Parts: sequence; C-alpha cells; structure tokens
Amino acid sequence: MKAAVRWSGSRAVSSGLAGWVLATAAALLTAASPDRLTAQVVDRSKPPVLAPPPALKLPAVQTATLPNGLELTVVEMHKVPVVDVQVMVDAGAARDPADAPGLATFTAAMLQQGAGTRGALEVADEAAFLGAALNTSASFDRAVASVHVPKRRLEAALDLLADVVLRPTFADSEVNRQRELRGAQLVQQRDEPVAVASVAFPAIVFGAAHPYGHPLNGTDAATAALARPRVVDFYRGYYHPDGTRVLIVGDVNLAEARRLVAARFGAWERATVPAFPTAAAPAPAARAVYLIDKPGAAQSVIRIGHVGPPRSTPDWYALDVLNTILGGAFTSRLNQNLRETHGYTYGAFSQFAARRLSGAFVALASVVTAKTDSSLIEFLKELRRIRDEPVPAAELAKAKAYITLGLPGEFETTGGAAGQFRDLLAYGLPLDYYDHYIERINAITAEDVQRAARRYIDPDHFDIVVVGDKSQIEAGIKALNEGPIVYRDVWGQEIK
Amino acid sequence: MPRIPIALIALGLLSVSPTLRLPAQSLRIPYQTFTLPNGLQVILHEDHSVPVVAVNTWFHVGSADEQPGRTGFAHLFEHIMFMGSEHVPTGEFDRQLEAAGADNNGSTTEDRTNYYEDGPANALALMLYLDSDRLGFLLPEITADKVDLQRGVVQNERRQSYENRPYGLAQENILQRLYPADHPYHWPVIGSMADLQAATIEDVRRFFQTYYTPNNATLAIAGDVTPGDARRLVERYFGDIPRGPAGTRPRPPAVQVPDGVNAVIEDRVQVPRVYDAWHTVKAFAPDDATLDVVANVLAGGRSSRLYRRLVYELQIATDVVAFQDGSRIDGKFEIYATARPGHALSELQMVIDEELKKLADQGPTVREVERAQNGFEAQFLSRMERVGGFGGKADQLNFYNYFVGTPDYFQRDLDRYHRVTQATVQQAVRTYLVAPHRVVLSVVPQWKPELGVKP
Repeated sequence: MKAAVRWSGSRAVSSGLAGWVLATAAALLTAASPDRLTAQVVDRSKPPVLAPPPALKLPAVQTATLPNGLELTVVEMHKVPVVDVQVMVDAGAARDPADAPGLATFTAAMLQQGAGTRGALEVADEAAFLGAALNTSASFDRAVASVHVPKRRLEAALDLLADVVLRPTFADSEVNRQRELRGAQLVQQRDEPVAVASVAFPAIVFGAAHPYGHPLNGTDAATAALARPRVVDFYRGYYHPDGTRVLIVGDVNLAEARRLVAARFGAWERATVPAFPTAAAPAPAARAVYLIDKPGAAQSVIRIGHVGPPRSTPDWYALDVLNTILGGAFTSRLNQNLRETHGYTYGAFSQFAARRLSGAFVALASVVTAKTDSSLIEFLKELRRIRDEPVPAAELAKAKAYITLGLPGEFETTGGAAGQFRDLLAYGLPLDYYDHYIERINAITAEDVQRAARRYIDPDHFDIVVVGDKSQIEAGIKALNEGPIVYRDVWGQEIK
Repeated sequence: MPRIPIALIALGLLSVSPTLRLPAQSLRIPYQTFTLPNGLQVILHEDHSVPVVAVNTWFHVGSADEQPGRTGFAHLFEHIMFMGSEHVPTGEFDRQLEAAGADNNGSTTEDRTNYYEDGPANALALMLYLDSDRLGFLLPEITADKVDLQRGVVQNERRQSYENRPYGLAQENILQRLYPADHPYHWPVIGSMADLQAATIEDVRRFFQTYYTPNNATLAIAGDVTPGDARRLVERYFGDIPRGPAGTRPRPPAVQVPDGVNAVIEDRVQVPRVYDAWHTVKAFAPDDATLDVVANVLAGGRSSRLYRRLVYELQIATDVVAFQDGSRIDGKFEIYATARPGHALSELQMVIDEELKKLADQGPTVREVERAQNGFEAQFLSRMERVGGFGGKADQLNFYNYFVGTPDYFQRDLDRYHRVTQATVQQAVRTYLVAPHRVVLSVVPQWKPELGVKP
C-alpha cells in the first residue's frame, strides 16, 4: 500500500437492510448554524451543541417472485447511473462433502472459467470490456455471483452473469488449471500469518466435525483430488432457483429489473435443494493457548474466542451494542487499551461473526512480538471486565449513537447497500428489519449488555490462537498461567 | 428532490477525429471555492441525496518533505494530530465524533497528508470545531508521552503492514534503487524503524509550525449542507487561526537510474516474486494516463497479456500486477509476478520481456485499448457514489485541486483516458519500459538466491 493510514478498522454495525431515503435536514441545519457570529470570538471551551440528527425515512424494498420461484429484491438508487446485481445461491461451503473441503468455493470460482459460448479468458474479456466487476465466490453460508456495472451496459452484463450462473462449462482443462492454481495459492497462504490465523482459528473453535470447521479454500490433499465430476455434482445439487435470491440495487426500477431478470433467469428449472446442514455447536473446551510457530515473525497474530450465537438470535441488538463498546469502533475498549494506552498494536478489535448456524466471537490484534504476553493480559482483562462491571452510562450512550446515527452512511453506495441487503436476505431476516432497528438498539440497557456479555463471552472456554515466533513468546505465555499451551500446525491441526 | 451531481449528456456518435472517441457521459461535480484571509482554501460541494456530510482536509506536506534521518515523520505526525488539542483532551476527538455517529481517519503519502470526518449532516459543526482546534491549538498539548505512544503504534503499523507481511519490504527496496539518496522519493512513507525511534518532541513542534498552517491546507466539505451554512461554520471556527510562514519546497534532484540494476533480497517466503520498476512520469504528465492503459493491457485482470501467458497458459506464476504510480514530482511503473512452486524468476522475467517487446513492436489491439477505457470510465462513475472517506467526492475534489489546480477535473481526467490510442500505448512502452533503465528486484526464500533473476 502506498499511503500509510491512521487505522485500518471499519465500522462494525450489524448487517441489515435499508436503502434509506432520509428526510432532508435543511431546516435542522439552519437551526444549527451560528448565524452572524463570525466576527465574535468563538467559544472553544466546549463542543458545539448539535441540532437533532436527520430523521430517517425508509423506502419500500420491492420484491417480486418469478414463476420458477426465483425471488427478486430491488432497491432503487438513482444518484449515479450504476447498478449492483447479486445472485445469492444456497451453495455455501457448509455443504462441502467431508472428503472435499473447499469444493463450494472452487465451484464458485469455476463458474467464471468458461460459460455459455465463451471460454475462460473470453468471460474475463467480456466483463472487462463492459466495465463490469464480475465476482463469483462462496462463504460458508452461501455462494454469490455479482456484477457492478454502469447502467448503460447492464443488459450485456446480465447476459454474462446469466451465462456464468446457468451455463458454466466446467471443462476438464479449466478444472485442472484452477486446481493447480489453487494448490499454489495454498502454499503462499502459509507465508501470511494473518491468513494462517484465519484458517486455524475456526478449525480449532468449530472442530473438524462441524460444517464451519474446515478451511474455506480446502486443504492440499482435497485440492489435489479436485476433478470435474465433483464440481458438476456440487453444481447440480445446489445451483437452483429454489433458495436463490436475486438482489438488484441501483439505477433501475422494479418493472425493468423484473423484465431483465425474467428474460435471463425465468427458464431456470426448479429442483429441490437439500436442506442446509444442521449441527449443534461443539461442546466448549477448557481455555487453552494454541501456538502456531512462525520463526522470525515481527508480530504475533492473536485470535481469542469461541463459538457464538447464530445471526438469527434476538440478542443480536444487544450484541451489536456490546461489541461496539468492546471492540467494534476506534474508541472501543480493546483498541483504547492495546493501541492508544499501551502502543502494543496498530489496532485491536472484536466481532460476533454472523452465521446461519453457530457464529463465533473473536477478539483480535497483531501485536509486537516482545509484548505478546502483555497483550494477552490486557485482552483478558478487558474481556473479563465487560462481564464483571456494568457499562457506564456515557459509554453506553456513545456506542448506541455511533450505531444508530452512523447507519445512513452504510447505505450511501450501491455496493454498500447491496452488502447490507444481501446479509439480511441470507439470514432470513424480515425486509422491514430497519423499521424497528434504531428503536431496538436504543432500548438496550447496561443490564442487557452485561447479560449478553456473560452469556456470549466466556473466558473459561476461550480458544486463544497465537501465530508467532515460539522461541520468543512461549515462556511469557506459559508464565501467564491462563491454560495449557497446545502446539498446532498452520491448519490449526495437531502436530503429528 | 435530490440534486443530480452528475449531468449525463448523451453525445451520440459524433466523431471529430478518427483517433478521438468521445465519451458518452459527462461528469460534473458543481462546487464553490473561497479562501479565508488566513489563507485556508475551502471547497464546497452540495449533495443532498443522503443526509451525511464529509469534511476532508489536505495539508500540503508528505514524506517527500522529510529530512534525512527523520523518514516516516510526516506520517508519525499525522498520528499525533489525533492526540488532543488545547480544548479537546486526549481521546475526546474520537469519542465526540463517535458519539455523534461520525467516523474519521487520516493518511499520508509522499506528497500530502489528509484527514477526514464523515457523519450525519448535523455533526458538521462538531467536525469543524475539532479540526480547527487541532490546527490552531495543538502545540501546547504536545508531550513526550504522546509522541512515544504514537511512535509505538506507528512502529507496529510498520511491522503489521510491511515487516510481518510476505514481500512487504520489496517496495522500500525498489525506492532505494530507483531514486538517488538525496531524492525525496528514496524512502518509503512509513519510514525506517531507526528514524521513527529518533524523532523528538522538538521535531514535532518544528514540523507543526512549518506545515500545519491554514495557508498550507485545503478544506473540502461535501454532502447534505448548503454552501452558505458551510461557509458560516468554516469562518466561525477557522477564521481566527493565524496565517503561518509561507512554505517553500525545494526542487528535487534529477533522477538517473544506473543501468541494469538487478538485486536480490531474501524474505520468509516459500516462493519467489520478481519486481520490475521503471522511472516514468509524474501524475497528470502527458503520458501518465497512457501508462495506466499500458498497465491495464499488460496485467489488468484475467484477460490481460501477462496473466494469459504467465498464469493461464504457462502456469508458472500465481499472479501478476502492473501499475503506473504518478506522484507530484515523479512517477514509476511497476510489474510484479509471483512464481509457482518449482519455478525460478528467470522463467517469469523472460516471458515479461517477451510481452513487453511484443507490445513495443506491434502495439495493443483496438479492443484492448477500448476495454481499458471502458474500465476506467466505470471506475470514474463508481467514484461518484460516496461523498466521504478515502476516495470519496470530497477527497477527490482535494486531489484534483492539489494536482491540477481545478477541483472539478473529473471529466477532463476521464478525457485523458479517452484520448489514449494504440499508437500512444505503443510509444509509451517504447519510451519508458526499456530494459537499460530498469530496476529488477527478486524477492526469494531464505538461502535460495539462485531462484532470483539471473543478471
């Protein structure tokens, strides 16, 4: 990166719908303006009193269902002539067969490697020629094929998107090519400590038996075994209009969107998609430190957490507020402590991962090697304090204001709004979710936060994952006496 | 009704010259500008589509203004700007903004330092109050403890973003070889650990007094506010801050790349990566946009020439990237590619050389040029969606104002890309991407220098 940036966090408000058209606040702004005081000395002794924030006005989210069951959601945003289209398919990596971890993400990547009458390079060429950002990927909960494109090239971009979703070729030669590429990328991934932590942490927290416990992009052995029949089987099993949602955000209206989508996806044949896997959250294990050796590392990459509730929990509002206080914003406790008080890190954060099944709670930072033990002390101090002490009123108010008043900014761009809506649709939350969102956040009390902390943050059962230079950090971690040290490999697995 | 900030003008198929394709759309960002008596330049842009406002300040100082032995200082200073001022105790800058639903951040490059606040429209007065306090009343609050704390944070930023990241030290190794020691682009923005360690509170005071003056800054405000209201607030909060001394920036020395630099560094990686770098032209120089198109033809996505050869056909690389990086006083062009396990960098370099020669000899196809232009046009449109943050409209108004002296330069910038032709692409490759003036850097696994590009 060329620029050095103050901090690299981002707003961690929960996923959700909106597509705001907010009431213009000209009158309020006028009231806030200090008329004709220019010549006078400014009173800097206290911050200005602000006018009330602009009121929210939610637009109707429009929906339609095609005869083949395909569900369409449209949010009109006409400021800039661009359109964001997301096709969400119920084909996430939680459905990976036990012997083929990585198959869902591989299948999603393969969608672009030849489709309709175009070869792999021709798909890429056409997307580039249209100025369309074409992406196909999968998370544990779903696969997504998307384009972001100028309005005047929308029809051609949708032609290409329909080819990619409905008519992927899966040629043997392309499967082999992608398999080799992925094998090489897995080698590179091991050099990147943050990537290693991102693979190892869920492997340790969920365990191999859970649908979220294997690496999203597979293992070396599973990658080497990838072949066309597995990809075709997976595609035929899960890529159907049933359970698929098409989301269009941008410079279109419902009738137009419906016509464009029906012309391309209307003949997609229905078929029953197997039920999403169910799995009980793994039984919590006693607290332990899982150490992954990275000789010579300048920092230790830390992940602390355990399984969490699914996104559908009614406690999500309390968790939003809780996490904003703890580690979701710049002034949150973890960042204030580890960065702004101690200088151990460039940034410390936490989050509750949103998932269909059990999610995960994780607190994270990259800390200077010599302060690995000191950082763990501060992490654990904050993670215990949020349970043990009620949150002071001012801190609670700040967190709630940050979430509620900052919300419009999350929906300013078509891509941003599409991301919020996509999550809402993916987790089965109601389309009027945000009609009540702000009042629900504002209703959260200090008692609610403490109750949520005690229920969903459990220091006795933390999995503490540290990717760092063992020779430099092991003794310090041992001396903390916060649980046994368990050595793991770069996949988070036991070292044989 | 929301204002429509982009005027769409269909220009039809009129063609004034066979080599000049006219854009189908015209981008326009209406703005007003004025300068306070103390020299602070202000740019205002109305966009009422969403009730948010963005404040974006550019200080005309970057790492290129640093002194030898103090590399990384401009960026360290940026961090200190958030540590409190006379009426805003430490920590309150962030707390008050978050309590109003607003976000903030800052960034430093070779050429400038920027700061932004984004949030609900009613928070504008708070943003300007906080920004003006740290511009007018920072000095009395600077302490050695604050400097030490942010020194530690920035050193961790260097570890996280460069030292503990594979290939993370490649860029500073390229800069060292591409620019002579007395050129201000010789060192990276993040600076060296030793120089960060050496920075003193006296350095902080001197830097603030020299560069953090209203007459060395430009303030852009974009979003749901009328120009009249915005102007009154700016005058109220910034009007009484005194003008500072006029700044001068010395002329940088000429760049002379020694012929045929070929260097190898070792890193904690399993597969090697090769970097080719050339000294080119600065931002907005005549060939700057052409070189962006060159980069797109070579490595812009999976339909590009180098991706096709290296990754798709020969399968000897996992990725390839190319970019023109035009800055205020100079520019460079880079290509890098990561080898697959079992392949040495000389194999990759040979293919890169072949493709460069082919492009120099034959030029790009019509479709390649048009494809690149369409891609840039789409990016320009998407950059119109957001008023705030890095790269939002307020930041872009400042960017154009700083580099070309005209805030609303959006369409004219896009026009540069539409003027690129097959012939100019071919000529740019022939002129700039020539082997004798190239820096080749091989980043190889430890104790495996034999994987590097052979001299």
